[in-house]
Amino acid sequence: MSYLEYSVRQIPTGPRKLLYLNWPLVLMITAVASIGFLMLYSVAGGSWTPWAMAQVQRFALGMTLMFIVAMVPIWFWRNTAGLAFVGTLVLLLIVEFLGDVGGGSQRWIDLGFMRLQPSELAKITLVMLLAAYYDWLPREKTSRPFWIVVPLFFIMLPVFLVLRQPDLGTSLLLIMGGGMMMWFAGVHWGYFAAVISSAVGVVFAVFQSRGTDWQLLKNYQYDRIDTFLDPSSNPLGTGYHITQSKIALGSGGWTGRGFMQGTQSRLNFLPEKHTDFIFTTLAEEFGFVGAFSLLLLYGLIVIFCVISAAKTKDRFAQLVSLGIAGTFFLFFAVNMAMVMGLAPVVGVPLPLVSYGGSAMLVLLVAFGIVQSAHVHRAR
Amino acid sequence: MKKPRKDPSENTGLTTRRAVIMGGAQLAVMGVLGLRMRELQVKQADQYRLLAEENRINIRLLPPARGQIFDRTGFPIAVNEPNYRITIVREDAGDIDEVLYRLSRIVSLSPEKIDETKAELKRRSPFVPVTILDRLSWDDVAEVSANAPALPGVTADLGLSRAYPMGADFAHVIGYVGPVSDFDLNRIEDPDPLLQIPRFQIGKTGVELKEERELRGKAGTKRIEVNAVGRVIRELDREEALAGQDIQLTIDTELQNWVQARLAGEAASAVIMDVQTGDLLAIGSAPTFDPNLFVRGISTTDYNALLNDPYRPFRSKAVQDIYPPGSTFKMITALAAFEAGLVDANETVRCVGHKEVADTRFHCWKRAGHGNVDLFKSITESCDVYYYDLALRVGIDNIAEMARKLGVGVRHDIPMSAVASGLAPDKAWKREVRDQDWRIGDTVNASIGQGYVLSSPLQLAVMTARLATGKSVEPRLIKSRDGVETDISGGQDLGITGSTLDTIRRSMYAVSNERRGTGYRSRTVNAAFKMAGKTGTSQVRRITAAERARGVTRNQDLPWERRDHALWVNYAPFDNPRIAVSVIVEHGGGGSTAAAPIGRDITLRALYGDTPPLSAYPNAARADVRNTFRQMEALLRSLDSDRNQGTKA
Repeated sequence: MSYLEYSVRQIPTGPRKLLYLNWPLVLMITAVASIGFLMLYSVAGGSWTPWAMAQVQRFALGMTLMFIVAMVPIWFWRNTAGLAFVGTLVLLLIVEFLGDVGGGSQRWIDLGFMRLQPSELAKITLVMLLAAYYDWLPREKTSRPFWIVVPLFFIMLPVFLVLRQPDLGTSLLLIMGGGMMMWFAGVHWGYFAAVISSAVGVVFAVFQSRGTDWQLLKNYQYDRIDTFLDPSSNPLGTGYHITQSKIALGSGGWTGRGFMQGTQSRLNFLPEKHTDFIFTTLAEEFGFVGAFSLLLLYGLIVIFCVISAAKTKDRFAQLVSLGIAGTFFLFFAVNMAMVMGLAPVVGVPLPLVSYGGSAMLVLLVAFGIVQSAHVHRAR
Repeated sequence: MKKPRKDPSENTGLTTRRAVIMGGAQLAVMGVLGLRMRELQVKQADQYRLLAEENRINIRLLPPARGQIFDRTGFPIAVNEPNYRITIVREDAGDIDEVLYRLSRIVSLSPEKIDETKAELKRRSPFVPVTILDRLSWDDVAEVSANAPALPGVTADLGLSRAYPMGADFAHVIGYVGPVSDFDLNRIEDPDPLLQIPRFQIGKTGVELKEERELRGKAGTKRIEVNAVGRVIRELDREEALAGQDIQLTIDTELQNWVQARLAGEAASAVIMDVQTGDLLAIGSAPTFDPNLFVRGISTTDYNALLNDPYRPFRSKAVQDIYPPGSTFKMITALAAFEAGLVDANETVRCVGHKEVADTRFHCWKRAGHGNVDLFKSITESCDVYYYDLALRVGIDNIAEMARKLGVGVRHDIPMSAVASGLAPDKAWKREVRDQDWRIGDTVNASIGQGYVLSSPLQLAVMTARLATGKSVEPRLIKSRDGVETDISGGQDLGITGSTLDTIRRSMYAVSNERRGTGYRSRTVNAAFKMAGKTGTSQVRRITAAERARGVTRNQDLPWERRDHALWVNYAPFDNPRIAVSVIVEHGGGGSTAAAPIGRDITLRALYGDTPPLSAYPNAARADVRNTFRQMEALLRSLDSDRNQGTKA
């Protein structure tokens, strides 16, 4: 409700839209991003270069984009969802053939002023497409087998291209994000139960068969799975990273070692300390208090998106808000689980905090869509 | 732009329900994340804090300065010399080839050294300093420092390294240091972490080895912060090392130098001892070697040359080698007989040049015989038959006991390497070691210091000091540690009848000062410094009956290694004994000709405190002495200039 408006069932127009923005959400996003600036400043040894300043500029650009996106009516985004998705696929194909090789895999398109990572884009456009699809699809058809195969096909297209890069982490996030959209849309829970139980069954069978006559995989494949699941079995590779990461987290204690006092990050014991492992620096320097606060902030962001989704009656707006909130949740949950040694190391950045232009811009645009849904709802 | 085509009021209850279920699941996941944070950051925080500290903190040892060694007057013998090194750091150097090329134009740098350095640089991390050159002169260092701008990454720094300014003269006494070897690590039981430092130097022989614990000191530590690749970020704190104790020897450097010069050219040794305190004033052994070679790393060629030298420069002949003491042993046989109460001083024995014992003929050195011989004459003229007779009466066990009482066949505990025990043989020893019965002929041989009897020059000096004082003088090499005087041990009365000792002493005086004495030619005419001595000549070979029939070959005609050892012991001044001296010249021939003059010279040198004046010598000897001193002077001068060069280089 806005303080200037009495009438109900009206959609705000013009500059007044600004008053209807979800300002608490803007505030929290800025807070999380600021934590990111602080940490980037710290891991650079108390310097705005090379990361913190660039991150601030991207955030400013991203915020501008967010406001612009928020001002555009939400139905515009529904109508262009298909176009955005096709555009993303084209970009992924360009990466496939022309992309720069970074970190051992092809992920970027060099635009000159920044490096675009289409797989980041795919996370959001997939959510938009699926939201538009279920908005279009009559409710009673949602759980019919044919109408389930169609969205599965939509999901598998970008997953296949991202896997080719290869980027297992993003592929898994895409699958989980897509699955979440189908869940929100109301696909019969039986499908989910079937998929989950059969997945569990396959995994169980694979591990049970190990060392027996009917072994399903080759031995070296098992070895690879072992290192993936338990990095400490490879202490010089990813195991080293996880060990150092846990040391950094643990040595933070209750209140941390103080800003810029984290020895693990300052002395380079931490890997990727400005990107995927930035959370460990935060936890080391600000302790349990700092780390848990960030977790709470993230939780609040998700909750605000969900509340906003619950208030709208528009199906696309609702689904896209929930989908973006869910994707955002997947981001930070997977990243935190990874650095705390609860999940295998897959390259997933900490949203809004890790250094990285594409992820930052894409996330802020996504929040712009959530804002748009929030603004353009009938009151 | 299309308006939403669906009725916004359509029921979205299902989606909301689904969202709530999903929210619950997400909450659960966040709960797990929070619990994990608590587990790591609260419950196991201490453990991880410790691991983080272990990660970042390295403890480095600070090697202590090794204790220095001085002589009795405070003159330095073993010191820690500043050792200038040039090191290079790869990451600071930039173009290594260019920098090394420029360096090679300033200091001499062989192409091999350059290749070596490059290989080492490649192996190490870019920030680790690698030593290019070691032991540079100050001039070179100054030159390098002046050119520092053209030599990025190159620095001159300072370490300490052992140096022996007196060079070869003290090689046997103080030994030398060298880097810790695996052998050392197995031998030494103390787990001092210092020993693990690469190139850490410890004592290998001599005082350096025996006093290692005192000299080494205690390691200090510094805690440094390092990053993940081992680069040092800063020093956190440090505990300084505790320097080793300084040791003062009883040796007098100038006397030692002089003795070494006097012995030069021979395979010989001499020991000079203070008869009251037991202080070893000089322990000479020739030839010798330069211990500095070992500190710097000796070449195989040099080492083999020293090792294969027939004069055995590595051995300290004074304390490590043992010889049949020959006639210098006669005082012991006499004392044993007198103290047993079997003989008195006036009793005479007839010497006809030989004595038959158990069907074997034992000869006196004088074929014609000495006629009637009493104790005084037996020592003065060194009659052998007199002692054959005494020994048969007193028995070997009494002789061995007296020998040990006087310090022969006993290991004297001085801090030098491989101090020999010698041997005062008795019946039990032969039974046990040789598994043979003692035979009467063995006693006869032992009575004149031949056969199984073995003594080091050190032991003979101790014997002489004990004869001079009648007290159990013990040799002492360490005068003080860190300024604290060491105990003087011994000094108790030996319990030998005074009158007997007196006769022995007077006889020894006669050896040096009476016309018939075997040491008369090596006497001094300075009445204040009169000596009491005894010559000795110990056989290296057995003279066969056939050889004797042909006429004994004269020593000079034999090959060097088969000639007799020449020995001499004396104390002086006679009426107020201050020093005891023992000399041995390996394969030098007769004691009176080869050893006694050396004994006389170093006795006078010690008493005068300087090169003795020719007026101390009888006229007949002055020409020879002047000649000897001239040669020594030249030698000392050249050694001096070598040393000055050595300190510069």
